[in-house]
Amino acid sequence: MNNSAPRIAPIEGLADAVKLSLGNLYLDHRDEVGELSFTVRRDGITEACRMLRDEFEYQQLMEIAGVDYPQRAERFEVVYHLLSLTRNHRIRVRVSTDEDLPVPSVTSLWPVAGWLEREVFDLYGVIFEGNDDLRRILTDYGFQGFPFRKDFPLTGYVELRYSEEQKRVVYEPVKLAQDFRPFDFLSPWEGAQYILPGDEKAPEAPGAPTPLKAGEIKK
Amino acid sequence: MTASVIPAEAGTSGQEVTAGLPEVPASAGMTGVSREEQVARSGATESEIANYTINFGPQHPAAHGVLRLILELDGEIVERVDPHVGLLHRGTEKLCEYKTYIQSIPYMDRLDYVSPMCMEHSYVLAIEKLLGLEVPLRAQYLRTFFAELTRVSNHLLNIGSHIMDVGAMTPNLWLFEPREDIMNFYERVSGARMHANYFRPGGVHQDVPAGLLDDIGEWMDKRLLRLFEDSLSLVVDNRIFKQRNVDISTVSKEDAIAWGFSGPMIRAAGIPWDIRKSQPYDAYDRVEFDVPVGTKGDCYDRMMVRAEEVRQSVRIMKQCLDQMPEGPIASLDRKVVPPKRAEMKQSMEALIHHFKLYTEGFHVPEGEVYVATESPKGEFGVYLVADGTNKPYRVKLRPTGFSHLQAMDFMTRGHMLADVTAILGSLDIVFGEIDR
Repeated sequence: MNNSAPRIAPIEGLADAVKLSLGNLYLDHRDEVGELSFTVRRDGITEACRMLRDEFEYQQLMEIAGVDYPQRAERFEVVYHLLSLTRNHRIRVRVSTDEDLPVPSVTSLWPVAGWLEREVFDLYGVIFEGNDDLRRILTDYGFQGFPFRKDFPLTGYVELRYSEEQKRVVYEPVKLAQDFRPFDFLSPWEGAQYILPGDEKAPEAPGAPTPLKAGEIKK
Repeated sequence: MTASVIPAEAGTSGQEVTAGLPEVPASAGMTGVSREEQVARSGATESEIANYTINFGPQHPAAHGVLRLILELDGEIVERVDPHVGLLHRGTEKLCEYKTYIQSIPYMDRLDYVSPMCMEHSYVLAIEKLLGLEVPLRAQYLRTFFAELTRVSNHLLNIGSHIMDVGAMTPNLWLFEPREDIMNFYERVSGARMHANYFRPGGVHQDVPAGLLDDIGEWMDKRLLRLFEDSLSLVVDNRIFKQRNVDISTVSKEDAIAWGFSGPMIRAAGIPWDIRKSQPYDAYDRVEFDVPVGTKGDCYDRMMVRAEEVRQSVRIMKQCLDQMPEGPIASLDRKVVPPKRAEMKQSMEALIHHFKLYTEGFHVPEGEVYVATESPKGEFGVYLVADGTNKPYRVKLRPTGFSHLQAMDFMTRGHMLADVTAILGSLDIVFGEIDR
């Protein structure tokens, strides 16, 4: 044990058992930094979650997280975090989708999924089929766009202020007194995507070593 | 009147107290009077009675922040609750994607601003887990100690305001006294009264100043427990307080699991689940404490579970004080933890490391973790996706109050309007965290 994060005992043979039970819903699984995660087919997420809840005792759905990878064909990942109170274990299930393809809702399994799915819908625009209350939840009334997508600017498009003349809150396009400056502090010697000045003369120069992934670190 | 008759009366859900509140007409909707009888008495026809929809908040003293509840009422009985959240949404998770790992820690303080250090705790543990970073023992104890101090601070506020929501003023004032002391301890250790920014990946920012731990040790016995027990003695057996809380909004074990409850909420429902016990982090496996559970899962149980947790936190803090060793307060890995200022005056290497860590920051290896700790309100999780650079690719914060507030609808149905504040108080919600 080389860190003091919550200690969860791994369950022997769990990955294989879950893989076997998932059958043709299974796409991939990862066991990194002591955390087990499964990728399943999008249309089978309800079935996979039902199986994990009923057969593998993952009683609680703790979180649904959206992640955006704009370079992928199916750009969104929807990640379900399940917790077993009886076996004291956590597991992650993920599906991928894009702007149009709906993900089946798991509200029939866990009522808590209602708001969690609403949040992913609000921030990423992922549509959940079967969630009958898919309204925006965190953003403003009448908000346009999906703010957590990587192509949505951090500053947003609209700002609001209280107008003394009109005696109400008015919405206006964002005007920044100073440009938003995203500082790139990444060292140019490691991992820069562009060719460094002078390097174009030596195309065969060795690049920087690829950093280790979290699961590969041995201490 | 003896205490034994209270549970029997509690079913009629505090009519006495309701009548005392001026804004609530106490005529309609008393249990025991059927709808037809009401109609007949008032002389109205059935078609004239429509459900009444009212706005509760966003500016309401009992809403614990900027909560807007749309309440659908049948007389005084709540038929449906639609909480509107997001009025405090600041996009913390998005902001974190544009900051280095260390720069994001102050954002964590501003999530649950009632228990700031516990929010930092999940975040730094998630980073450490990805980095594979070992934390010195003293730092582990310090973090455990201050997380428990934060828990006390959070519960003092919640218990006090819950009691005030159901009509008692004095305990809240008394409980704010020790909370104010905790603010002062915060200031002594981190320089800030609320937004501490004290935990760091690898340990804590700096060692505690001389005498602080002794002062807190003395304060726990001489001040905290005395004020706390005094205030609670005013309400725990109080008839009015019990009428407002016992049997109000009972939650079964099955409901608690299905609605994603955690922390005191799931324990009050009778499930002994505490992440500090079952998945211990930092020094929690080195200290002894008990996990209180409720028997009925009503508002009273939820408050009493929190009250007992304060006593258990004091127990943990005392053990931390006894066991805390001397030693470094942060990892000695110079690629993550910046060197001391004194060292920078002497060593060129130290100066370079300091400069690099505060401009570029450290790189976290590619990977993803979900780290959840037992914050005072329940399971506070951080799902961290790192892409190998100096900034997180995605930070998903799992707020505790989000699931609890969602359950508000089924918890409130069939209860009286005046019970809404009692239920809200027992949920322990803070909007910094729910809206993020």
